[in-house]
Amino acid sequence: MGFFLETLLGGLMAGMLYSLVALGFVLIFKASGVFNFAQGAMVLFAALAMARFAEWFPGWTGIDNKIIANLFAFCVAAVIMFIVAWVIERLVLRHLVNQEGATLLMATLGIAYFLDGLGQTLFGSAIYKIDIGMPKEPIMAFQDTFQGGILISQEDLVAAGIAATLVAMLSLFFQKTTTGRALRAVADDHQAAQSIGIPLNRIWVIVWCVAGIVALVAGMIWGSKLGVQFSLTTVALRALPVVILGGLTSVPGAIIGGLIIGVGEKLSEVYLGPMVGGGIEIWFAYVLALVFLLFRPQGLFGEKIIDRV
Amino acid sequence: MFYRENGQFKTSYRADNQIFGITQDRYGVALLLLFAFLAVPMFASDYMFKAILVPFLILSLAAIGVNILVGYCGQISLGSGAFMAVGAYAAYNFFVRVDGIPLIAALLLGGVCAAVVGVFFGIPSLRVRGLYLAVATLAAQFVCDWAFLRIKWFTNNSTSGSVSVADMNVMGWSINSPVDKYLFCLGMVCVFALLAKNLVRSAIGREWMAIRDMDVAAAVIGIRPMYAKLSAFAVSSFIVGVAGAMWGFVYLGSWEPAAFNIDRSFQLLFMVIIGGMGSIMGSFFGAAFIVILPIFLNQFLPLLGSLVGVTISTAGIAHTEIMVFGALIVWFLIVEPHGLARLWSLGKQKLRIWPFPH
Repeated sequence: MGFFLETLLGGLMAGMLYSLVALGFVLIFKASGVFNFAQGAMVLFAALAMARFAEWFPGWTGIDNKIIANLFAFCVAAVIMFIVAWVIERLVLRHLVNQEGATLLMATLGIAYFLDGLGQTLFGSAIYKIDIGMPKEPIMAFQDTFQGGILISQEDLVAAGIAATLVAMLSLFFQKTTTGRALRAVADDHQAAQSIGIPLNRIWVIVWCVAGIVALVAGMIWGSKLGVQFSLTTVALRALPVVILGGLTSVPGAIIGGLIIGVGEKLSEVYLGPMVGGGIEIWFAYVLALVFLLFRPQGLFGEKIIDRV
Repeated sequence: MFYRENGQFKTSYRADNQIFGITQDRYGVALLLLFAFLAVPMFASDYMFKAILVPFLILSLAAIGVNILVGYCGQISLGSGAFMAVGAYAAYNFFVRVDGIPLIAALLLGGVCAAVVGVFFGIPSLRVRGLYLAVATLAAQFVCDWAFLRIKWFTNNSTSGSVSVADMNVMGWSINSPVDKYLFCLGMVCVFALLAKNLVRSAIGREWMAIRDMDVAAAVIGIRPMYAKLSAFAVSSFIVGVAGAMWGFVYLGSWEPAAFNIDRSFQLLFMVIIGGMGSIMGSFFGAAFIVILPIFLNQFLPLLGSLVGVTISTAGIAHTEIMVFGALIVWFLIVEPHGLARLWSLGKQKLRIWPFPH
């Protein structure tokens, strides 16, 4: 029982991190109908920027304080993500309005290649560390309830906390601010939003910026867990089943989907994996999402797809 | 002036339905084939065969397969690399385990296995559409990657996980030298391209296109969506599977599952989109673009660097290469979202009315 709960909790926390990446997909898809395959590349790019600036900062200013260095790096990386978002809107999206979904998808793949190359050219391609002082030691909990208690990784706990805070802030932003309301209007109906005077281009820049910030936070957390390296881009592939499971257009869907996928992945790896030789995590997530889709083709919380001739 | 159909009258339905309706086109294609079969083997170098021509031919075949599914039937698939892998490994198993099986039979059986797997992973397409389907087809990719890595039976229990094929021959013609490989691929690609072209302009091809354009409307006028979609998956993955088997057998010789990873799937989709969705001709253009571009960049960038006076390191070249590759793809999608095939037909249209365009 203790072991099962431990796996379950581990899965929930991993799921929280997946939903963080998935959130980036959903935000952009909702607002512009673009399925952004470059999200993984953005995560890597942001993480690389942050890791490198944190490393360079003491050399530039002589201030040897980790918190200031990290804060500085975070801000610089955020500004860089703003610029990236603006450039992408200016040079790519603006010219591809009203194209088919597949064409847009391929364009974002092109952007992904470009960002991968650019990030590694600017910031180097070795493995870098992001050290934001996350506690590494696991803690024991529920020692009275179960024999042996449950081992919980503090790092995961903090990460899940950061992710939850970010999600809460995002929903506040979407529900309470004028910009958030405009974003929701655009997501609802492009033409109607445009006709009441919401500038689509500016909204797209904003939404790509927000996705960039989400990518930065995701990159920061994943980077401090796994190290900042090229394989960080595969995190996006792990988050894709989350997106389709939760529904491409639903923010809560990304969260719930992330939790389901995280738990499903961990439980399957632990209980099913040994039977078939292990390593089933990644495809199990996809098959799980696929099974859900067979019953609800629009994902758990997606908008119902209505066909008209 | 010299390229127009004035005076070429069609007197039968058959003549009206020719693939190349204009006489000049027929001569052009005949000349091209003669050139490819006779002149190229005489003049091209081994490097040319190995690095450009053979991969170009095999990937064009795969792109034709993907185009049938994505371009004609409208089902976006990101799992094509997996079907290539299934074709390659199935053909390998037939080749190694069945004594005296002819090479072509092994390749085709590999394609049949890929078709079966393709139909299986195509079943979700009956419920799931569009981008959801695209992500769902990634399941095929990851399941196959995993299966060929972990299940030892598929790789004939080889310890390193890589498999290799030796002494291939077709009815006594052993395919060893680059020229032989090129001619073998060329022959296969010609046969399959002709088959595919005829398939997409037959009744079933029209059903696929109807499904692509509006599947509810297609169902209303009596097209069975299940039959049309699954047949598209079957035909597409058959061709992709044969291409995969050829990629393993003829181009690579020995390979690992990583040869057919997700990047390969993306690459195939790029070929289809850049070449032109719903065009057999476009598949060739797309494959040429994707095969030649990296080679060109690889040669050209250091040259450009030395002109400006910068020496780029090997890693730097690799990074610049993917950067330029990504940028070019985006640029291309912006300039011509309908692909190279569209440019080709526009060019032909212009040529027909040249030199008096009004």
